[in-house]
Amino acid sequence: MKTNIFPAIKLTIVTLLFFCVVYPAVIWAIAQLAPNNGHGEVVTANGKKYYANIGQAFTEDRFFNSRPSAVDYNAAGSGGSNKGPSNPEYLAIVQARIDTFLMHNPGIDKKDIPVELVTASGSGLDPDISPKAALVQVKRVAAARKLSEEKITELVGSHIEKPLLGMFGPEKVNVLSLNLALEKL
Amino acid sequence: MNTEIFGVIAMYAITILMAVPFGKYIAKVYAGEKTLLDNIFTPLENLFFRISGIDRKADMNWKQHLVAMLTINFVWFLLGMFVLMNQGWLPLNPDGNPGQTADLAFNTSISFVVNCNLQHYSGESGVSYLSQLFLMFLQFVSAATGMAAAVILFIALKQKTADKLGNFYNLMLISCTRILLPASIVVASILAFNGTPMTFNGKDTMISMQGDTVSVSTGPVAAFVAIKHLGTNGGGFYGTNSAHPLENPNYLTNMVEMFSQMIIPLAMIFALGFFLKRKKMARMIFSVMTLGFLLLCVPTIIWETQGNPAIAQMGVDMGSGAMEGKEARLGSAASGFWSIATTVISTGSVNAMHDSTMPLSGMMQLLAMMTNAFYGGCGVGILNFFVFIILAVFISGLMVGRTPEFLGKKIEGREMKIAMIVALLHPLLILAGTALAAAFPQITSANLNNPGFHGFSEMLYEYTSSAANNGSGFEGLGDNNPWWNITTGFILILSRFIPIIGPVAIAGLLANKKYIPESAGTLRTDSATFGMMVMAVIVIITALSFFPALTLGPIAEYFSMR
Repeated sequence: MKTNIFPAIKLTIVTLLFFCVVYPAVIWAIAQLAPNNGHGEVVTANGKKYYANIGQAFTEDRFFNSRPSAVDYNAAGSGGSNKGPSNPEYLAIVQARIDTFLMHNPGIDKKDIPVELVTASGSGLDPDISPKAALVQVKRVAAARKLSEEKITELVGSHIEKPLLGMFGPEKVNVLSLNLALEKL
Repeated sequence: MNTEIFGVIAMYAITILMAVPFGKYIAKVYAGEKTLLDNIFTPLENLFFRISGIDRKADMNWKQHLVAMLTINFVWFLLGMFVLMNQGWLPLNPDGNPGQTADLAFNTSISFVVNCNLQHYSGESGVSYLSQLFLMFLQFVSAATGMAAAVILFIALKQKTADKLGNFYNLMLISCTRILLPASIVVASILAFNGTPMTFNGKDTMISMQGDTVSVSTGPVAAFVAIKHLGTNGGGFYGTNSAHPLENPNYLTNMVEMFSQMIIPLAMIFALGFFLKRKKMARMIFSVMTLGFLLLCVPTIIWETQGNPAIAQMGVDMGSGAMEGKEARLGSAASGFWSIATTVISTGSVNAMHDSTMPLSGMMQLLAMMTNAFYGGCGVGILNFFVFIILAVFISGLMVGRTPEFLGKKIEGREMKIAMIVALLHPLLILAGTALAAAFPQITSANLNNPGFHGFSEMLYEYTSSAANNGSGFEGLGDNNPWWNITTGFILILSRFIPIIGPVAIAGLLANKKYIPESAGTLRTDSATFGMMVMAVIVIITALSFFPALTLGPIAEYFSMR
């Protein structure tokens, strides 16, 4: 023990300096070359700055709505609901979300509501929805904005992001960029 | 859905293909052969050792190794307690987060020292940037400790003498500099270029399109997330770990993070083969582990992509699967795959909330940690599997009436006792912990986020995750209070160090014994038959120990939903 304690302390100090100062400094320097200098991807529109990857609460009818969030899109305290699949209280919340959706989207059949629109995301900050989840909202958005459904459908179509290399992972729509484009119409 | 399945297959296949050459590199590093990075790192390491007064060439026997390991781990633990409790006034705290309470700092410090990263705090509000950087240091050195311990085993199996098993400090440091650091720089750069922040500026503010003012937590995330996965640590920068869109911005980063958490555990198996020149043995270990992994993983992906039957009854479109607690950019298949990879490998990072997965998926996640031997964490996976090999050698030796031998060394009573203690400690800690929590509902039941069987699963998961040094959780559990911080803290210490001390001691004892050359009468320990034997030992131990507890939790929940 005695022969080890001082070498251990000294080795801890040098490795601490190396891994807590040198390593992050190297990554920080590399990140200066990355888009937006390592501050996270940002979109600017009308002089306002938005984080592209941080989902926002879109609840109004004139916007494409984002997914439910357990933390109400608080980007300083991410969180999921952590509700178990059989929790009756949770299942009642899901049922209520379905009913609310049907109320805001008259003429939509229940079987066309994608499940991700009535379930909360893991981070509470999910920036995306599936293409189906965007298309099912077209009718409501068109009515709220007094625009033709064809035009809105076309807009959604142009915002569908293909899977990685066309092969890996799900298709998705970034709700923020879709809504920004919607505002420009 | 097809592209989601392709994505999972691609992730797994790329990892396996890369594991062989990477394993060869690892074997070279530990054998002291020439490698590409010698010119940069040899002088640097020599400098570190000169300052510390350590002779990197001084060989240790297994006892000296263990003393050196425990001493330096204790230093890290004390320093961790100090930093976490005093982070409020220490520098690099732009968000003004307060110091941790003693019980939380105890739990956090231990869980990062032992490579678990249980995280009873939330990254955005519970730690300062200084603490994050310190925890990142622990992510390097705790992974390196596990790898060094595995290499002591490698050397002991190769050497004919027992007192020249290499130098612990040297093995630990080269694991950091030659393996973890270069890989971390590559992975962190990929993350930074895909939108993961790497800044020291503190919280930013934005006004959303609907007019709400939102604070956005940033920080030195890219550097942290890289080593969190490569070192199979799993502790996230943010509260929701790799489900967070800044920690895991897109499907590519998801593949990279998945690759980086699996690569070292897989490569260590092949490194064993190259190091000992026993490739057939490495293949046997790899096959058994892969079979176990697939048996856990495939059903989980199926259940997650099918979705929650209770929600299906409400009549909505279930096409995207069980999406509660999951992210749209990752999808249910990749999240199901991740949930098993992370529990099998003892990473414990998550890209979806395990608490909200289907009951039987939760059971698979639990089983992955209960067996704790399919792939396993950095270094310790091999050590855990070694214990099962020793048990299988002994049992099959008895079955066919031969003296149990492993690589020409007799397995006798003393080794068997150690192996049994290690194998039985794991179920003991999990079941005793859960039983204790269930026995004091007046203290623990208020912490549960879900009623009934699922609430029991939350407690079972917490102790299983602690004992497997995993660090994921059924995060609904309100675990930041003295009960959970202290009980899991002690389980973490025992379940980390005894499964390291045990196998290293066995290896040291075996190295001391007389070598008996292999003959026609020797039981072959690299054959498929022996592989099945090891599998059977693992299945019997886990099934017999854990089935009753699983019946009370996930299995009961599954039947209650039908």
